[in-house]
Amino acid sequence: MKHKPFQFTVSPDFAPTSLAGWHIFNTWLQRSLDTRIHLDIYQDFASQRQAIRNDAIDLIFANPYDASMLVREKGFHCLARPGGCSDEVVIAVRGDHPASTVEELEAGMRLASTDDPDVHMMGMIMLEPANINADNIERRTCSSYVLVAKELLSVQSEVGLFLAEAFYGLSKITRRQLRPLVQSQIQVVHHALMIGPRMQHLTETLLQRLQEMPQTSRGQGVLDSLGYKSWEAVEEEDVEFMIDLMDTLVG
Amino acid sequence: MNSQNLEAAQSGGRTFTLHFFDGSSRDVPVVDVEEPYPDGRLIVSRTDPDGIITHVNQSFVDMSGYSEAELLGTPHHILRHPDMPPAAFKGLWDAIKAGNRWQGYVKNLRKDGRFYWVYATVIPNLRRGKLIGYTSVRRKPSRLRIEECEALYPTLF
Ligand SMILES: Cc1cc2nc3c(=O)[nH]c(=O)nc-3n(C[C@H](O)[C@H](O)[C@H](O)COP(=O)(O)O)c2cc1C
Repeated sequence: MKHKPFQFTVSPDFAPTSLAGWHIFNTWLQRSLDTRIHLDIYQDFASQRQAIRNDAIDLIFANPYDASMLVREKGFHCLARPGGCSDEVVIAVRGDHPASTVEELEAGMRLASTDDPDVHMMGMIMLEPANINADNIERRTCSSYVLVAKELLSVQSEVGLFLAEAFYGLSKITRRQLRPLVQSQIQVVHHALMIGPRMQHLTETLLQRLQEMPQTSRGQGVLDSLGYKSWEAVEEEDVEFMIDLMDTLVG
Repeated sequence: MNSQNLEAAQSGGRTFTLHFFDGSSRDVPVVDVEEPYPDGRLIVSRTDPDGIITHVNQSFVDMSGYSEAELLGTPHHILRHPDMPPAAFKGLWDAIKAGNRWQGYVKNLRKDGRFYWVYATVIPNLRRGKLIGYTSVRRKPSRLRIEECEALYPTLF
């Protein structure tokens, strides 16, 4: 008997840049697990969270911000993270901006960021030394990091918050006109592939397949299309630690 | 006087005997020189339920001046600065033992006697409802907040 396909989704901050890659990954997943999986990508974090709350998700490449709800409220287990990738933040200004450190920034400015919750939160924390907070800036939310960069170049906003990976992925011409004031070095905050209760019986097989990916040419091809080197297993205590750490930063 | 305390004394610092809540005491060198908090870092440590350090990140090691080996297994009061009012730590322990988070500005003492200010958040770590320890994550405070604490804390002794 055919079961209803499992539901897979990808954090909306990561999906758009490698949408094709995630579809290729999903095809690989279905073959590796010999099961039907449907990839559904949500427009934004709010609608994705609603789907998680409604138990409509079985497998997710999750933003660290959502890890707490997934693990502690929804019974998800963290399987793996992309090898060597952690979520770091760059705070940047246009090249001709007078500030050379975060402390020289002033309240009242316009700040551009995306709705990526972990990057926005860590970015705001890195602005605290300048006494800048949500109440004394004007936030402009962009739908991509390229648009955050455009906000700075057109002087619509003074300061931009970027996922470091996205900042260094901007075109050379764009990046040359921007200047990072600070980059985070947090290291333990990262996106991760998490598996929900209905797919729990596939946990071990999936983890094994993920770890074997670089050893097969097909697996390697899928990794290449995602832009990752490998998948690394995440121990339960490591993800609990990341959630505790995020907890200290939220609120 | 050990060599480090001697150095502190020679550089115009003071030495101080700290008396800890557990009844122990320790002579520490104190030099009134600030070590600036590095940008973009979080200083992270974890303790067991008694406040004994079980984990530190590299930023913690770098800022404290101690090696990781010196820190692990040691009570967290190893960073206690004499300018910190005891009431602050009583507030911390009351909050986390009750299962709540605590946030506050802390002046910490480095091994070399210099100090650094942090804005700390401490939370209890629960695993399946059981307390396994506490996590503290510190971030860079603004100069304005530090100045407020420098004025306030001496009045709390
Ligand atoms: C997770 C955690 C982190 C702590 N971090 C610090 C710290 O950075 N500096 C500090 O002086 N005390 C810190 N404390 C508080 C110490 O345990 C201790 O209460 C304090 O240094 C005062 O010493 P006393 O209670 O022995 O008098 C921390 C406690 C916990 C549970």
